[in-house]
Amino acid sequence: MDTSPSLLSLMSFGHDGWGARFVDGLVVTMEVSLAAYAVSLIFGLLGASAKLSPYRWLRSIADVYTTLVRALPELLLLLLVYYSGADAIKFLLSFLGDDYEDVEVDPFAAAVIALGFIGGAYMTEVMRGAIQSIPVGQIEAAKACGMSPLLRVRRIILPQMLRFALPGMSNLWLNATKDSSLISVLGSFQDILFMGYRAASTTKHYSFFYTMTALCFLIVTLVSMAGIRLIEARVNRGYK
Amino acid sequence: MDESLTFLLSIFPRLLAAVPLTLALTAISCVIGNALAVPVALARLSPNPLLWMPSALYILLMRGTPLLVQTYLIYYGLGEVLPGSFIQQTFLWEYLKDGFWYAVFAFSLNTAGYTGEILRGAMSAVPRGEIEAAKAYGMSPWLVLWRVTLPRAVQICLPAMSGETILLLKATSLASLITVWDIMGTARQIQKESYRIYEPLIAAGIIYIITVFILTRLLNLLERRINQHRAAPQSA
Amino acid sequence: MDTTLKVEDLHKRFGEAEVLKGVSLSANTGDVIAMIGSSGSGKSTLLRCINLLEIPNSGRVYVNGELIRMKALPDGTSKPEDQKQVERIRSKLAMVFQSFNLWSHRTILENVIEAPVHVLGVPKKEAIERAEALLAKVGIADKRNFYPNHLSGGQQQRAAIARALAMEPSVLLFDEPTSALDPELVGEVLQVMRKLAEEGRTMLVVTHEMGFARDVANQIVFLHKGQIEEQGTPGEVIGHPKSERLKQFLSSTRH
Repeated sequence: MDTSPSLLSLMSFGHDGWGARFVDGLVVTMEVSLAAYAVSLIFGLLGASAKLSPYRWLRSIADVYTTLVRALPELLLLLLVYYSGADAIKFLLSFLGDDYEDVEVDPFAAAVIALGFIGGAYMTEVMRGAIQSIPVGQIEAAKACGMSPLLRVRRIILPQMLRFALPGMSNLWLNATKDSSLISVLGSFQDILFMGYRAASTTKHYSFFYTMTALCFLIVTLVSMAGIRLIEARVNRGYK
Repeated sequence: MDESLTFLLSIFPRLLAAVPLTLALTAISCVIGNALAVPVALARLSPNPLLWMPSALYILLMRGTPLLVQTYLIYYGLGEVLPGSFIQQTFLWEYLKDGFWYAVFAFSLNTAGYTGEILRGAMSAVPRGEIEAAKAYGMSPWLVLWRVTLPRAVQICLPAMSGETILLLKATSLASLITVWDIMGTARQIQKESYRIYEPLIAAGIIYIITVFILTRLLNLLERRINQHRAAPQSA
Repeated sequence: MDTTLKVEDLHKRFGEAEVLKGVSLSANTGDVIAMIGSSGSGKSTLLRCINLLEIPNSGRVYVNGELIRMKALPDGTSKPEDQKQVERIRSKLAMVFQSFNLWSHRTILENVIEAPVHVLGVPKKEAIERAEALLAKVGIADKRNFYPNHLSGGQQQRAAIARALAMEPSVLLFDEPTSALDPELVGEVLQVMRKLAEEGRTMLVVTHEMGFARDVANQIVFLHKGQIEEQGTPGEVIGHPKSERLKQFLSSTRH
């Protein structure tokens, strides 16, 4: 094991070490994960509302959305939405006038939208299930109290839904952090996996650096799991 | 648009030729992974900390880190260690030049972690009475496991396991990143050759959707066959 | 007469609670022993200690004269010395459970041949022939290809009895076989059990059915707080109870 001191020095924070760059990578990974998760919440809420709406065409769109996303590999969807997302935004902006013609779509935004779009399909199912778990009587009671539909959603459905959706949402957060590793493939992000890839190919210490990369993700998972436990305990107050 | 469509159609044969590779990756990893899941689940349920702690750690590692990182670790990591080792002298070496078996290795280990956890839950959901009856009729612990606990557990978690299989099929696309020319790999190769971004991805996407659809159907059929006891009674 | 089953000085503790406080019992071939007592008296635990589904803390169990070898452990419990012996002896003590415990992933016929084929090594064809005869005997031959979930409770329990008979056991252990059944289904199960008693099978029955105990059993054992309080023929135990507790118990179960 005489190599271990020299290997560990590779992870130092000094000039020659990769430690600082891994921390930078961790920051990028977390930024992308958080933003993508936020976007997936929006897609999920829209998707769930569409699936439960009385309009057939809305339900069909949502069905196509979730079916397609769940049938396609994440990597393929990421590439497809990442590239077409940029074009779509440019296309939409072109309606606003010629001034926007040369706008470069931020790769960060494109990647976040792509990942959020994927996560949103799974989020749709989680939220739909959660809304359907709310006892009908409680919604009827809200109606009987004269609450408007919007008020019912805000005061009764959303807060209750959270409790039922939490396990699924927690799981999707863990997935979001892991799925964010796919952006290393795009080549324009310096996330952890990209750093690991570069460190490994530069130094030829493949096992070491990929183990370090895995360790970073594991730490994210463990910290997330601890956080989830805290949130669950809070949300489930008065139920167990 | 017309020209784009023609191109799209023209690349289908090449992509379809890659389907067997994707299916082979899925099938082999599924079989090995599910077989490994049994000892993982058994160890996880053991009261002996020397068994359940390593198993719990294994499940955490497989589920707590991205499959892509695991795949790189195995491909590049083993690629660093294996050359120069005795493996190079064995017949295995022929197979290990290619990314395929590294991908199978990574996907199998990953599946074992996920399915192991599913199986653990299902095994503890098998009604105690049925296991007790097996013991009371003189079955040895292995016979109880083989004839009662495992088949019952598989029945219970079959829907979750077929979900895992679909996820595995999709996940095999990551093999394209370690030089395996599966559907996804072929699509990326066509992208590079033709400088077209969308058409290869869309064509590959269509093929994936159809494959997933067919596999889902087959798994549903299997599920119905295995879970006969829940279906309506047949007439005598 | 041969002593088929002999239990000596059986003790069982669950944590602090002592459920069996030295119980001895013996059954000769053809005996039908009904064990009665209020819940918590230890009668089911006694039954489960005999085939070692519960491991007694101390005591001896003989089946056909063979002692189940136990090893005392330092913490006051014990464990079987030889798992193989336990399995062999269990295969001679077929049990019928309160909640049937049929294997729900196998058809009724498969349930009946499962243990004969895989534990006793009976050829499958022979096992099937025997199973069909047994299913006919308990009156559900037409249900052979059904799964347990598709049968009524009474039918399931009769299938479970066929499963027990298929082992050609030395003793049949019944653990409250009718307690989980709807009242209208109790009769069909008791009728089958009555038939078995008439055939001269050795049976140990934990039950709440006083009518069955009185008419079918040749011996009644009344357990109270882990000890045998009274024991004798139905005429003695039910007709002329001696202890206050038994009198109380009998009056509480009388409808």
